[in-house]
Amino acid sequence: MEKRVTFGRWTIGILFAVPQLILIFTFFYWPAGQAVYWSLTLQQPWGGGNIWVGLDNFRSILSNADYWNSISASLVFAGISTGLAMSIALVLAALTDRQLAGSWLYRVVLIWPYGIAAPALALAFRFILAPEAGFMAVVNQVWPGVWDPGLDGSDAMASIIVAFSWKYVGYNFIFFLAAFQAIPRSLIEAAAMDGSGVIRRFWDIQFPLITPTIFFLLVINITESFQDSFGIVDIMTSGGPANATNLMVYKIYSDGFKGLDYSGAAAQSIILMLLIIALTIVQFRFIERRVHYR
Amino acid sequence: MASITIRGVKKNYAKTPVVHGVDLDFASGEFVVILGPSGCGKSTLLRMIAGLEEISDGTIAIDGVVVNKLEPRERGCAMVFQNYALYPHMSVAQNIGYSLKVAGVPSAERAQRIQAVARVLELEHLLDRKPMALSGGQRQRVAMGRAMIREPKVFLFDEPLSNLDAKLRVQMRSEIRKLHRRLSATSVFVTHDQVEAMTLADRLVVMNGGRVEQVGTPAEVYSRPASRFVATFVGAPAMNMLEGTVTLDGLSLLGDSRKLNVSRTGLAVGAKVAVGIRPEAVRMVAPGTAGALAATVDLIEELGAGRVVYVDLDGAPFSIATSETVHPEPGSTVGLQFAEQDLHFFSAETGGRLDVFKASVPEPAL
Repeated sequence: MEKRVTFGRWTIGILFAVPQLILIFTFFYWPAGQAVYWSLTLQQPWGGGNIWVGLDNFRSILSNADYWNSISASLVFAGISTGLAMSIALVLAALTDRQLAGSWLYRVVLIWPYGIAAPALALAFRFILAPEAGFMAVVNQVWPGVWDPGLDGSDAMASIIVAFSWKYVGYNFIFFLAAFQAIPRSLIEAAAMDGSGVIRRFWDIQFPLITPTIFFLLVINITESFQDSFGIVDIMTSGGPANATNLMVYKIYSDGFKGLDYSGAAAQSIILMLLIIALTIVQFRFIERRVHYR
Repeated sequence: MASITIRGVKKNYAKTPVVHGVDLDFASGEFVVILGPSGCGKSTLLRMIAGLEEISDGTIAIDGVVVNKLEPRERGCAMVFQNYALYPHMSVAQNIGYSLKVAGVPSAERAQRIQAVARVLELEHLLDRKPMALSGGQRQRVAMGRAMIREPKVFLFDEPLSNLDAKLRVQMRSEIRKLHRRLSATSVFVTHDQVEAMTLADRLVVMNGGRVEQVGTPAEVYSRPASRFVATFVGAPAMNMLEGTVTLDGLSLLGDSRKLNVSRTGLAVGAKVAVGIRPEAVRMVAPGTAGALAATVDLIEELGAGRVVYVDLDGAPFSIATSETVHPEPGSTVGLQFAEQDLHFFSAETGGRLDVFKASVPEPAL
C-alpha cells in the first residue's frame, strides 16, 4: 500500500505548495519569460525603452560565423568532458565497489572537488597547466612550445575540459558507487558461480543494472557542461585564444555585459535553452530505451 | 557426481572466528542437509565450498582435488541462492543459459539445452518473461534451472525455500527431492528449518556456534541426539528438558521437587544431568496414577490431527503432543507418564549425550 498524506480541504494543499510555486515562478519562469521578451526586442544600452524587432536578433546571431563556432565549441566541450568525467568515475566506482584496500579513502576524497567553486578550481588549474611554470612546463622543457593554452586553441580547450571533468568525476563517482552498491551481492556471486570473470561480470551484470544511473548522469553532465562551464572558462581562458573556448554560456556573458548587446545575449540564452531541451528530449527518446529499470 | 571432503575448515572474519574447525565427508550423490540456527556458520561453510568465501584454515576437496585456491567457476559447483539472485535484466531463457553463454556454447546448442531444462521444470511457457513478471515459485524454479543446466558435480542450496509460502515450500521440497533422484548429483542444502531438513536429507549435519554437533541420518538424529542442543533443536515441538540429579533409586528433578524412579544407571549418585523427553513420548493419565508426574495445564494448541498441551511442572514448561481426543481444561491437573527408554540423558556441564541404559559406563561427551 502506498502511503499518502491527504488533506480534507484542497486549500490546505495549495497553501503548502505556494512557497515552492512562488520560488519557481520568481526565479525560473519570470526571468525566462523576460529573456524571451528581450530576445524579441532591441534594448537600449543606456536604458530608455526597447523596440520590438521580432526575430531579427535570432537572424543576426544565426548568420554569424562566430556564433556557430561557439555552438560547435560547446558541443565538443560537452561531449569530451562528459565522456571523460563519466568514464573515469565509472572505473573508480567499479574498483571501489570491489572493496579494494583503501577504498573508503576514495569515497571521502572524491566528493571534495564537486564542493569547490568553479572559479577557485579554475584558478588552481590555471597554475597547474601554466606553460611556463606548471606541470606542463616539464613537457615544454622537453619539446619547447608543445603546450601553450594561451596561443593554441586546442590546448586551451583541453585545459577547460580537464578542469571541468576533474570537478564532475567526484560527483559522478558518488552516484556510480551508490548504484553499484545497490546491486545485490548475490547477483555478482551468482554470475561468478556461472563462470563469469570480473570483466565479464561487469559488462553482463553490473553495467546493465546501473544504466538508470548512467542515463541520469548523462543528462546532468551534458546539461551542466553547457552551464557550469562559465566560471572555468572565465578564469582560465576568457573564451580565447581566438574564440577557441568561447562556449555558448560564456559568449552570452561577454556579448551581453562586455559588448552591451543585451538583446543578442537574450536571444543566445534562448537558443542555449532550446538546445539543452532538445538534447534532453533526444536522450529520453533514444537512450532511455536501452535503460533497464528494475 | 563428486565427493566432498572437508578437513579442519575454519573461518574468521577479521579476528572473529565463525567456523571453528569442521571435518565432514559427503559421499558422491548424497543429499546432505546442514541444519542450524541463524549465525551458526552453516551458510559460511556452504559459501566456502562454493568458493564465494575464502577458507581461513583447513582444506576442502571436491573429488579429491583441494579447491581452496580455485575460483568458483573452476570448482564445478552450482548454487541456488536464498533470494534466487536472478539477473533482473535478462529473460528466463537468458538467465538459465547465462553460464553456457559465458562458456561459449554455440547458440543453437544453448537454446536446445535451455529447452530441455525448461521442460523438466515446466518453465517452457515462461522463457521470454523477465524475473519481475514471475511468481515466487517460478523464480525458484528458474534459479534451479540455472543451476541444473551446467550439469554440475555439486549442487549447493542456500536456504532456497525460505522466501516461499508454506504450501509452495512443501511442493518445492518434493520437487527438489525428485530432481535429486533424477540427477543424483551430490547436493548440500543449508537450512534452519528442521522439517525441511528431516524430509530432504539422506544425511543431516547439525551445526551450532560454528561447530558440528551431530552427523547422521534424520532418524538417528531424532532418536539419538548427540547433544542437548541437537535434542532441543530437532523435533517440533521441542524436546522437554528437565534439570535433575542422580539419586540412589532414580532421579530427583527440578531441584528435588519431583522424584522419578528409573532403573539403575551407570551414573554416579549426585551427578547433575539434563533429562530430555520428547513431547510425542509423553502420555497424559489421570492425576494420581502411580509413577506419573502431576502438572497443571497451561494452554492447548489445536493442530487438527492432534494437539499440543502445554503444562507447568513446578514452574518448568513442559509440552505433550497427543493425537488422542483429550481436552483437559486449562488450570486442571493431569498426570504425565512416559517410558524409561524414551528418556534422553545429557551431561549438565558439557551438554553431551549420556547413554545411561545401554552401558554401565557413560560415553564421553561429543
